[in-house]
Amino acid sequence: MSDYTNYVTGEPVVDTKAPEGPVADRWDTRRFEAKLVNPANRRKHTVIVVGTGLAGGSAGATLAEQGYHVVQFCFQDSPRRAHSVAAQGGINAAKNYRNDGDSVHRLFYDTVKGGDFRAREPNVHRLAEISVEIIDQCVAQGVPFAREYGGLLDNRSFGGVQVSRTFYARGQTGQQLLLGAYQALSRQIAAGNVELHPRTEMLDLIVVDGKARGIVARDLVTGKIDTYFADAVVLASGGYGNVFYLSTNAMNSNTTAIWRAHRRGAYFANPCFTQIHPTCIPRTGDHQSKLTLMSESLRNDGRIWVPKAKGDTRPANEIPEEERDYYLERVYPAFGNLVPRDIASRAAKNVCDEGRGVGPGGQGVYLDFAEAIQRMGRDKVEEKYGNLFDMYAQITAENPYETPMRIYPAVHYTMGGLWVDYDLQTTIPGLFAIGEANFSDHGANRLGASALMQGLADGYFVLPSTINDYLARNPHAEAVDAGHPAVAEAVAETEDRLNLLLAVDGDRTPDSFHREIGELMWEFCGMARTEEGLRKALDRIPQIREEFWRRIKVPGTGEQFNQSLEKANRIVDYLELAELMCLDALHRAESCGGHFREESQTPDGEAARRDEDFSYAAAWEFSSTGDAPVLHKEDLVFEYVHPTQRSYA
Amino acid sequence: MSRGPSVVSMALATRTDRRSSMTRTLWDSSVGKKTIMAVSGLIMLGYLVVHMLGNLKIFFGSDEFNHYAHWLRTLGEPFLHYEWALWIVRVVLVAAVVLHAVSAYQLSRRDIRARPNAYVHRKARASYATRTMRWGGIILALFIVWHILDLTTGTVHPGGFQAGHPYQNVLDTFSTWYGNVIYIVAVLAVGLHVQHGFWSAAQTLGVGNATRDRMLKTVGNVLAVVLTAGFVSVPVAVMTGVVN
Amino acid sequence: MKLTLRVWRQQNAETPGAMATYEVDGISPDMSFLEMLDTLNEELILGGDEPVAFDHDCREGICGACSLVINGDAHGPERTTTCQLHMRSFQDGDTIDVEPWRASAFPVVKDLVVDRSAFDRIIQSGGYISAPTGTAPDAHATPVPKPDADFAFEHAECIGCGACVAACPNGSAMLFTSAKVNHLNVLPQGAPERETRVLDMVATMDEEGFGGCTLTGECATACPKGIPLPSIAAMNKEWLRATRKVRR
Repeated sequence: MSDYTNYVTGEPVVDTKAPEGPVADRWDTRRFEAKLVNPANRRKHTVIVVGTGLAGGSAGATLAEQGYHVVQFCFQDSPRRAHSVAAQGGINAAKNYRNDGDSVHRLFYDTVKGGDFRAREPNVHRLAEISVEIIDQCVAQGVPFAREYGGLLDNRSFGGVQVSRTFYARGQTGQQLLLGAYQALSRQIAAGNVELHPRTEMLDLIVVDGKARGIVARDLVTGKIDTYFADAVVLASGGYGNVFYLSTNAMNSNTTAIWRAHRRGAYFANPCFTQIHPTCIPRTGDHQSKLTLMSESLRNDGRIWVPKAKGDTRPANEIPEEERDYYLERVYPAFGNLVPRDIASRAAKNVCDEGRGVGPGGQGVYLDFAEAIQRMGRDKVEEKYGNLFDMYAQITAENPYETPMRIYPAVHYTMGGLWVDYDLQTTIPGLFAIGEANFSDHGANRLGASALMQGLADGYFVLPSTINDYLARNPHAEAVDAGHPAVAEAVAETEDRLNLLLAVDGDRTPDSFHREIGELMWEFCGMARTEEGLRKALDRIPQIREEFWRRIKVPGTGEQFNQSLEKANRIVDYLELAELMCLDALHRAESCGGHFREESQTPDGEAARRDEDFSYAAAWEFSSTGDAPVLHKEDLVFEYVHPTQRSYA
Repeated sequence: MSRGPSVVSMALATRTDRRSSMTRTLWDSSVGKKTIMAVSGLIMLGYLVVHMLGNLKIFFGSDEFNHYAHWLRTLGEPFLHYEWALWIVRVVLVAAVVLHAVSAYQLSRRDIRARPNAYVHRKARASYATRTMRWGGIILALFIVWHILDLTTGTVHPGGFQAGHPYQNVLDTFSTWYGNVIYIVAVLAVGLHVQHGFWSAAQTLGVGNATRDRMLKTVGNVLAVVLTAGFVSVPVAVMTGVVN
Repeated sequence: MKLTLRVWRQQNAETPGAMATYEVDGISPDMSFLEMLDTLNEELILGGDEPVAFDHDCREGICGACSLVINGDAHGPERTTTCQLHMRSFQDGDTIDVEPWRASAFPVVKDLVVDRSAFDRIIQSGGYISAPTGTAPDAHATPVPKPDADFAFEHAECIGCGACVAACPNGSAMLFTSAKVNHLNVLPQGAPERETRVLDMVATMDEEGFGGCTLTGECATACPKGIPLPSIAAMNKEWLRATRKVRR
């Protein structure tokens, strides 16, 4: 066993920014207590924002509107392509437009409970409060949400909650919200308040005198490595699901920005909390480069089943009713096909592990609309799910109106991320993390339609309020000296890393390593985790890392557009992050939300949370590559929503 | 049009740049130039319809045809002087032709600059009428010059040109093989040009939408066919001896 | 499947490019077109060659990054994005030509990658509604008639991929520009900037060196999101209206 697992537990980490008092008043209190920057002085402050998704785009636009000078980065050719664009379902808000009993408190309650009691109460309450303003803001920007004939906004119920609080724009809610933020950002770019660097990737964080003061970034077109300085740095670089190689993330989504910040001192919290989405299109072969998600709204009317017999290779239509196992309806009669994502995903894995999976490689289950078509008529089904059916047909060349769809779970979202306080500041002063890049609001499991809500809440409302406090207290009269040893060191490390990647000239492609680490993580740190498996993975990862630095092959040079180099450099960080994820999963010997430890289950096979031992967020401090990190625990206190064991049976 | 980033710093500030006149805006913009082409094109199209109908008078014999030609010169009298109406029409037409041609030239140059490198894999695209707008336009411009020199000034007229006797002049022209060829090719070009041009002008002027699209296409097609048939009928009638 | 690929290779914007021929074997009809290129690139890397550069990201047809002209068609023979095009659309033994978007407003960065920042600048010149964060009234303060909301949505679906420009013989960006103008101009929230928006966006479009529209309809045929051709007429109408209305 490697030394990596011999981590020590350090001082607890405490969120010093959340004020005392009733949870409903805390955001107001914090905003009042926070120091402000005089509007006339804001122009003198530069803020770097990395990423242009929902969180980064909205933060950049809003900070610029407030008068700050924003320098923003995205590795895509345009800010409009950030992966928030791909979110389908919708965005939650406690508007109670349906008068169906919704309220800020209910959204707060649902989110804490849905997160399996591993999120912070004050953060979640703030999120629920702000959700209402987000909808107003987006409508004012011209986001074309679905409307009813009376001209008012339509809502739907989503992800198994009992109220209709999800606002949506057909199956493209993420795209429309992102375009709203992108357009607001574009307006500020034209006004000269935002300096945008597209096709520029952050490769390191510059920390001067203990404070985040800039980044090292590579121009992906020319290959030039530059430094950028600021009074504060905001990371909005998204999640790290791509460590699994196959996921619903975009191909270029990566962990480098947050991992490099972690290496510079920012704690990484709950890295093992990964959400696996149950309704994705199964892979077709080894060539598969990514997985495509289909909105889980499909589970409202589709019925999930597999053949009762193992190895039944008959086409679905030839399997008679009595030889089908509608396993979710059988095991969870109350919720049936609408059980939460983690339960549906695990159940699918279980039946496939039993050898009852369908499709190529037996890695799939049926999602059948035959009954829905009979009940509602094909037209109604088409009206409700037409675009999803078309998408499925496009990818699989099968007609889902005639043969049942095949689905399989896939990595979708990472709840873990950089540890932040109530102000969204990491443990490095001046470094903030927003959106999926932080760990704060979803606990161990994220509810459907909540990611968009959190990204926009952080970017439009939370960060622009809280960053004032930091900037007011740290006016940084002195510009960073480009010759400062910390700057030179960050640049040199980056250049050395890239040069080494180019110099190895081995015999394996970047993708082959990415696939290897991804398969390992999927097997041992995926839907169900065991101590044995995690230890196996922890043994294997350093070996892969060693092999990587011996055998990687990156053609071309660093002074040009070089996609292989970009990829290889991201894999360097996956190879370290994977190790931390496994360690976090190993140390958390309980099951909660998206983290299922087979050792910790109830007699009937459900996830068993162990609040007495694990009611904390695990924030890890980096030591050095391959060496055990230090664990800092943040105890979670539940004053309003009292922990109960989830039950969906 | 004076412009620049249309947004100004911060929400409170107001725009300071001034906008140019409507004429300037029209002439400077690719959309404006298309508008100019659409309007001038429709003027010429209207003229062509009247011209074609007038041509058909040839089927009623030389007296009626020549009389009609004379009447055109007296149009608007006594409010207008002799031939004034005709000159007004000529001036408007020349203006339309010049605006149409200059806009087309400038827009074409812009279009060619915008796609400097062709695709290696070439594909026949769009309809024939759409693809031949530029060459068709050039053919028509050359034809108009010949047509005026032939039947208005008589400069290149075959056989003695007789002012005031258009019936005979038409017969002369269409008694030559090249007269027929030039004329029929030009008329076919008119048909193709109108077929795409009418619908295109409607889009440029913002009249087109999804529900009207079929109607506009039909009108364009009918105009194209009627104009072609109407104009071609004259040389065909001369060649076949129906008119002599 | 075994295929012959003829791919545009160009080192950078300054160097001239040319088509290069490659053979790929063992292609599954279930692969996406980009996965087929991944396969080629893996072989190229192992052979010590530079892989073919191409833009791609979400691979689910929504980010608008992918941008290949395949056998002369923007995004290939199906009406979809390149990432959602599958090899089952081709026959074993086919020769496939792969080229970048070609337009002077979209200079080549490398191989099949082009610079589409001109689109961003069109949006920056007016493709937004000025609604600074915090100023918004309640979302239900202004009802939007459903037909208008649907019209706005239909145009808001544009993913900014640039297939319209690539397909247009004039390299015109009218469909892209009209999609954003129509999305915002039909909404009550977009009304205060209705005239300046269309005038400024069209002017920027011209300045960026895109060609004019000759209504060939190629753009709408290539558009993977089905932005309709009448969208252009609707923008022309807005533009003409704006030239009449704006006097200050």
